[in-house]
Amino acid sequence: MFLINCPFCGEREQSEFKAGGEAHIVRPKQPTELSDDEWAEYLFMRKNIKGVQFERWNHVHGCRKWFNMVRDTSNDQIKAVYKMGEKPPVK
Amino acid sequence: MSNNLRFKTSKFIDETYRVSFKFNNKTYFGFKGDTLASALLANGIHLVGRSFKYHRPRGIMTSGSEEPNAIIQLHDNSSRTEPNVRATEVEIYEGLVASSQNCWPSVNFDIGGINNLLSPVLPAGFYYKTFMWPASFWEKYEYFIRKSAGLGKSPKVADPDIYEHKYIHCDVLVIGAGISGIMAAKMAAKNGFKTLLVDEKSYLGGSSIYDNSEFSKINNQITSSWLEKEINEISKLENLEIKIRTSVAAFHGYNFLLARENLTDHLPINQRENKVRQRLLKIRAKKVITATGSIERPLIFDNNDRPGILLSSAIKKYIDLYGVACGENNILFTNNDTAYETAMSLIQRGIKINAIIDNREQIDSKISYEVEKNNIEIYKGYTVVDTYGYKKINKVSIMKLSKDGQTVIGDKTKLNCDCLGVSGGWTPAVHLFTQSGGKLKFREEDQVFIPSVYPSDQISVGSCNGDFVLEEIIRNTLSSIKKFLDIDNSEYKTVETISGLNQSKRNIWLLPSDKSIGKTKSFVDYQNDATAKDIKLALREGFRSIEHVKRYTTTGMGTDQGKLGNMHALGIISETAGTKMGEHGTTTFRPPYTPLTFGTIVGRNVGEFFDIFRRTPIHDWHVANNAEFENVGQWKRAWYYPKDNENMHQAVQRESKAARDSAGILDASTLGKIDIQGTDASEFLNRVYTNAWSKLAVGKCRYGLMLNEDGMVYDDGVTTRLGENHYIMTTTTGGAANVLGKLEDYLQTEWPELDVYLSSVTDHYATISVCGPNSKKIVSKVIPDLDLSDEKFPHMSFKNAKIDNIKCRVMRISFTGEHSYEINIQANFGKSVWEKCMEAGKDFNITPYGTETMHLLRAEKGFIIVGQDTDATLTPIDLQMDWIVSKKKYDFIGKRSLYRSDTIREDRKQLVGLLTENPEEVLEEGAQIVADIKKSPIEMLGHVTSSYYSPNLRKSIALGVVKGGKNMLGQKLIIPMENKNIIVTVADPVFLDKEGERLNAKL
Ligand SMILES: [Zn+2]
Repeated sequence: MFLINCPFCGEREQSEFKAGGEAHIVRPKQPTELSDDEWAEYLFMRKNIKGVQFERWNHVHGCRKWFNMVRDTSNDQIKAVYKMGEKPPVK
Repeated sequence: MSNNLRFKTSKFIDETYRVSFKFNNKTYFGFKGDTLASALLANGIHLVGRSFKYHRPRGIMTSGSEEPNAIIQLHDNSSRTEPNVRATEVEIYEGLVASSQNCWPSVNFDIGGINNLLSPVLPAGFYYKTFMWPASFWEKYEYFIRKSAGLGKSPKVADPDIYEHKYIHCDVLVIGAGISGIMAAKMAAKNGFKTLLVDEKSYLGGSSIYDNSEFSKINNQITSSWLEKEINEISKLENLEIKIRTSVAAFHGYNFLLARENLTDHLPINQRENKVRQRLLKIRAKKVITATGSIERPLIFDNNDRPGILLSSAIKKYIDLYGVACGENNILFTNNDTAYETAMSLIQRGIKINAIIDNREQIDSKISYEVEKNNIEIYKGYTVVDTYGYKKINKVSIMKLSKDGQTVIGDKTKLNCDCLGVSGGWTPAVHLFTQSGGKLKFREEDQVFIPSVYPSDQISVGSCNGDFVLEEIIRNTLSSIKKFLDIDNSEYKTVETISGLNQSKRNIWLLPSDKSIGKTKSFVDYQNDATAKDIKLALREGFRSIEHVKRYTTTGMGTDQGKLGNMHALGIISETAGTKMGEHGTTTFRPPYTPLTFGTIVGRNVGEFFDIFRRTPIHDWHVANNAEFENVGQWKRAWYYPKDNENMHQAVQRESKAARDSAGILDASTLGKIDIQGTDASEFLNRVYTNAWSKLAVGKCRYGLMLNEDGMVYDDGVTTRLGENHYIMTTTTGGAANVLGKLEDYLQTEWPELDVYLSSVTDHYATISVCGPNSKKIVSKVIPDLDLSDEKFPHMSFKNAKIDNIKCRVMRISFTGEHSYEINIQANFGKSVWEKCMEAGKDFNITPYGTETMHLLRAEKGFIIVGQDTDATLTPIDLQMDWIVSKKKYDFIGKRSLYRSDTIREDRKQLVGLLTENPEEVLEEGAQIVADIKKSPIEMLGHVTSSYYSPNLRKSIALGVVKGGKNMLGQKLIIPMENKNIIVTVADPVFLDKEGERLNAKL
């Protein structure tokens, strides 16, 4: 079980958090102008890679804040956590 | 007690404290300090169980947690009964009751033993191959298989014991208190690390604590004496916490470990009252030192499973620690020097060793010469090819090994014995290390897997790291701990060791026999009865990956996870397939290391704490008024209120009629309530609901439908504009938490520029809904100051009011189609306002109704229930709710998805009403709907989602989803049931008062 460093609360048990899928997927500003394929790309297509992945997490049983995490899915090492709207601190 | 088996020389046994216990209904005696296994052996009992598949007699094989055979049932037929307990780990106490399992009618005469005779027809995969066909026969086979199989019996009544969970945070966790663990703990604690040392046994020191041999010395002292002083010293250290009887079950990532601390299992039952039995420790350690030792390997030869065959290290432990001889005429069979230590322990006590069979041609160690000096015959370069004796070994036959060790040559010699000790070398206990994600490497010289890549801040020391010789153990433990903890002072200035053992070993995974492999029973996994033959068969049939071979043969799938035989399985696979060890993978060891009780896993989360209920502020009134309850999410909701001898149907019919004829009252407190504030609150609602919100006036209410981004209905409810920048949203009871989560998600991640704040206020208010033609009269009595005229207080509006000077919010909204009011008041006052309403409604037959009547009333009106009539595959268009989807709004969550190629299909499932030909026939919810029953396969068009008998319409009504249902109005469809086909007509989903006359009637 991970220890996650919530950017608002500090280090907490993984059980306080909820994973929210891939990060940095921006909701299209003008969905009505997208083709079915373009909309489907936003709606359904998500990466699930072995290696370094950018993810959304929510401190659901804590401050309720969403934030981003960089995690290596091959060994579960968390490389960084950062607030929504911030640029990832690592590549 | 058979006195000639007990040697009163052990300081671990208290001979002044005699303990009586029962095994298979017979009373025996042991001493305080005995395990059940040592006490049984002292009584001359080896046979304790039957094997899983062939029901072969099995005896005690080991002296620890790796035991595959001696698994027993404790306190059968009592509330404290526990199956699959290892006799080698049970400390005896006065009144202990143990029995064999997996045998019927008794361990000495077991009917399942016939499987042993039938074994030629019971190869690997037998159950898969035989009983899977024909499928319908499984039910018949199952009865017999279950009766004769299975490991132990589960308890029938509630567990009377107390369990708990505890978090522990430490700098250094040391697992295992053998020689390495003790040294590591001392170094850590003395250098300022907050240290926790745990060991699964009831004593500290591991196997070195009873190593009294002259052949292994530390600083010129006998190992056990040196270690005792060390233990004495560390037990006084302030920085060090020591927990015995504590077994680490799981080693997860981030150095998070679970351990079971056993607190009362060694006490007589009458001393356990009100004490915590077992504690699950949740340990977060900055650093972990694994010193879990190693497990001796058995040897794989024909009939290597008879009672009386033990690991040689177990024989040594029984004599050195418990003072118990496992036999009076012993033979040791080995491929390395370990067995000679056992021999010396036996020699010292004058116990007869008939012979030592050693695979090696050359033996060159001090200890072996010493054994030879005692006139013990050593058969060098020999192997055991067979054993004899059904319930206890009485003979072995041996033959000379060929040079390459692949065959046997020469004549067969038979030797008598009543106990055979086997030693195939040592396997490092890397289970926890691999659980943590560690990678192993294979060491060719002595054929062992050892830790290689550490995934977290941890280290393995001692024999679990592949160091088997005392000198290496101490030297490497010192240097690695110093480096690991980054300390200069090791606490150990000079440690000099003497060891009489040599590292040499002749490793042969499967020993050759004079018989063909098909005629042998060489057990690799004792608990699951998997033999070398089975593994070879699996390879012949094309299995390669160890994970596949394991499942096919069930090797390593028992409660012991194959702690003894997994290495041999890997060895036999690589030898047979001609590949390198580990090339087909090593099996994964999974938590827990040894089985955990359910009690430990759940801790205090039992009874009412197992799944916490939420109760409304009016709950006690419902209980006092005979309500039946329904679970909705975590809520207990009043379901219906039976009067006299009413059944559910009768109660619901009465409640439904009363609500429409005069007045009904519902506790709606469980509906989710979210307080929404901020200058962009209206814009926010515009984006999350399908309909428009900007123009909703203050003091007005509106029904809203929320979609997922994929266009499917997610939740619904009424939201009220309390002020310019202030709304209160209601959600479904079950959806409240998810809706709040979803709204927060969009607010924080997609639209952070919006000035909006959300708070869950579900628990803050009690919500009382009064409906029916007399609702107005009742509410006007409860809140006389409030003007309820249609002009001042029309449908879908809200007023602030006061009841006895307590502020409340009153909404005129309806989920029943009747004139209704919803009173929201601070939760503490909920019950008294409810009682006020009941009092005020007395003259109007005000009738409390529960969720069932609520569902019926709304179904009459064709109102959907999200989650009952919808299932995340339905759009608002599918629900015929086009009216609520704004055409003008540029965007809202899910809008774009409403015209994807898939969502605009004409033949999607759509919500319709269903009426039966016979008005008394009520459909079953979930029943399938079809059009043509003659065509095969029958095409499924949809299913019934809600179905009731309506007392107000005096007929059966139902809602359902049907492919293309929108265009089927008036069409007949079929609902095939077990005994009949019910004809239904597709109808409008609104069955009652389509024009809304009841809602708008002048009262
Ligand atoms: Zn937080």
